[in-house]
Amino acid sequence: MTGLEVTLRAVRHRGRRAFVPYFMAGTSNEWLRHVEAAANAGADAIEIGLPFSDPMMDGVVIQEAAKRSLDRGTTLASVVGELASVDVGVPLVVMTYYNVLLHGGLERSAAMLAQVNVRGAIVPDLPPEESSEWSSACAPHDLATIYLVAPSTPNERVAMVAQRTQGFCYAQGRMAVTGTTSEEGDGASVAAAIRAVSDVPVYVGIGVSTPEQAQRAASYSDGVIVGSALVRRILDGATPNDVEDFVRSFRRALDASHE
Amino acid sequence: MNAPEVFMDKPDASGRFGDFGGRFVPEALMTACLELEVAFNDAWNDDAFVQEFYDVLHTFGGRPTPVTELSRLSRHLGLRIYAKREDLAHTGSHKINNVVGQTLLTKRMGKPRVIAETGAGQHGVATATAAARLGLSCTVYMGELDTQRQALNVFRMELLGATVVPVTSGSKTLKDAVNEAMREWVTCVKDTHYCLGSVMGPHPFPWIVREFQSIIGREASRQLTEMGVGTPDVVVACVGGGSNAAGIFAGFANTDARLVGVEAAGGAAIATGSPGVLHGMRSMLIQDEFGQIEEAHSVSAGLDYPGIGPEHAYLAKAHRAQYEAIGDDEVIPALQLLSELEGIVPALETAHAVAWLIREAGTTLAPGTSVLLNLSGRGDKDVAQVREILRGAS
Ligand SMILES: Cc1ncc(COP(=O)(O)O)c(C=O)c1O
Repeated sequence: MTGLEVTLRAVRHRGRRAFVPYFMAGTSNEWLRHVEAAANAGADAIEIGLPFSDPMMDGVVIQEAAKRSLDRGTTLASVVGELASVDVGVPLVVMTYYNVLLHGGLERSAAMLAQVNVRGAIVPDLPPEESSEWSSACAPHDLATIYLVAPSTPNERVAMVAQRTQGFCYAQGRMAVTGTTSEEGDGASVAAAIRAVSDVPVYVGIGVSTPEQAQRAASYSDGVIVGSALVRRILDGATPNDVEDFVRSFRRALDASHE
Repeated sequence: MNAPEVFMDKPDASGRFGDFGGRFVPEALMTACLELEVAFNDAWNDDAFVQEFYDVLHTFGGRPTPVTELSRLSRHLGLRIYAKREDLAHTGSHKINNVVGQTLLTKRMGKPRVIAETGAGQHGVATATAAARLGLSCTVYMGELDTQRQALNVFRMELLGATVVPVTSGSKTLKDAVNEAMREWVTCVKDTHYCLGSVMGPHPFPWIVREFQSIIGREASRQLTEMGVGTPDVVVACVGGGSNAAGIFAGFANTDARLVGVEAAGGAAIATGSPGVLHGMRSMLIQDEFGQIEEAHSVSAGLDYPGIGPEHAYLAKAHRAQYEAIGDDEVIPALQLLSELEGIVPALETAHAVAWLIREAGTTLAPGTSVLLNLSGRGDKDVAQVREILRGAS
């Protein structure tokens, strides 16, 4: 079992619902302060986006953040360099697209990320069928390869994906790319399908943007991932204090959810 | 001794042509890609489906398109040039072949709606046309820059009952239209087919589109035989994603003909690119050292794409086909020459293939060389843009 999964299972064992905020690396000079603020405010793990020019699974907010980051010259190496200067105390998971890792060199990318406390990677354009080279590169570094299950995934496939995922299984809350919404999604049925075949921690992401939605999602899963709602605030100038408040509001909702 | 390799056959089970291809899609689209592969396999092995495909292309699509000997251009260049006249197909380009096939497949899968990306607007117009014919609802994603360059095609799509969505992200051209169509497909995949316009994207699209377009090469091969020309020395086609080239190459892949694909210099994935993953496929891409995709730049919206279909990447690597690049400055004179000598105004995309003939005639193309040129589309859509360019130049 990967180190990430050991940590996240322990979170669950303590009776705690995990909160995983997403940050796009390199959107401003302050981005690492945002990450630290989130860790201080009770995030259990943090997703770090490595920007790609053509983010197929991302909506307008994360597209804008990726563009801003790339315009500032962000690269895999620059992010690793910056992460080396901090210890946020919770596991980091990167989210990026396959071409970024390919060009860093799969072995080299995995080694570099593992050196700076990154414990897993979500690569949305790399389904299990295509990922054998990447997961072989990750294995020696204890870097978890995290897969998504979508509302469109049929049950036989859910079993395969849940069996292959490491760390946690990403339950896609709705049939959409990343972005904010007020609609009720499909998270409950996706999480139930995963739980029926596996006891890996299940986190719901995509379409979770308010503490109320997070609380509902936590009633049928082990945690939530919040991206666009937070990134929108950061693009609009949120300070590390604002980020702390944002994360605390989710923390409170999740902690209240099963008292 | 090994048997000689058969080119342009089925990709392997993972959707690969050699190292290229595959299915690099989000989990949300994986099931749709798997289902599409099953549906296409089933349809393509069903004589009734294949017959309907040919019938519709015959009675609606204007097929077979003729092969025209381009006598005056031939004399001018010292070659023997035959043109496969896809410009005479319904909607003015080869794009109709693919969309007739994919919309029939959409109907067979029981989906009431299609979405598509478009660059020059030709694939969008063709999709809107085929959708109207079958009563499918149709939404087309088009880079905002292209909606301006090809404003008339936007109106054509609307006349045909389609909704055109301008895409404002990234370079606002074809690459971004594909991104947006993929994102949109995630939200509606249950009842919507993504009618991809070229031999690109995740498996099974490169294979499906090539199969539907291969009618070009099969017809041309038969026609050249009937004309007593036989197998031409050279088969040349322009390449954006590579569908018209794949279609005509398919008729000659296992002959001695030299196969030449002509990309726009500002989007020359084979000449200036490197291997990478974009839009669901591993192929050759124009990108920087960090794997960020670069923006293509071409006078022709249909070739303004930083990648190329995976089968072409394979044919290049296997040295079965060669890929050349033509700059914007060579394209307009080529368009003018074909117009004046032959009475055919080609699309700007097609003019790249003509420009390559002009450049190579008398050097790498010896006098008397027989050439089959895929005349992929007519230039009506480009007339206003060409006028602007020529006005600016004078
Ligand atoms: C007339 C014509 N030729 C060629 C192309 C390029 O596409 P492909 O390389 O798929 O044939 C286009 C695309 O818009 C086109 O309109």
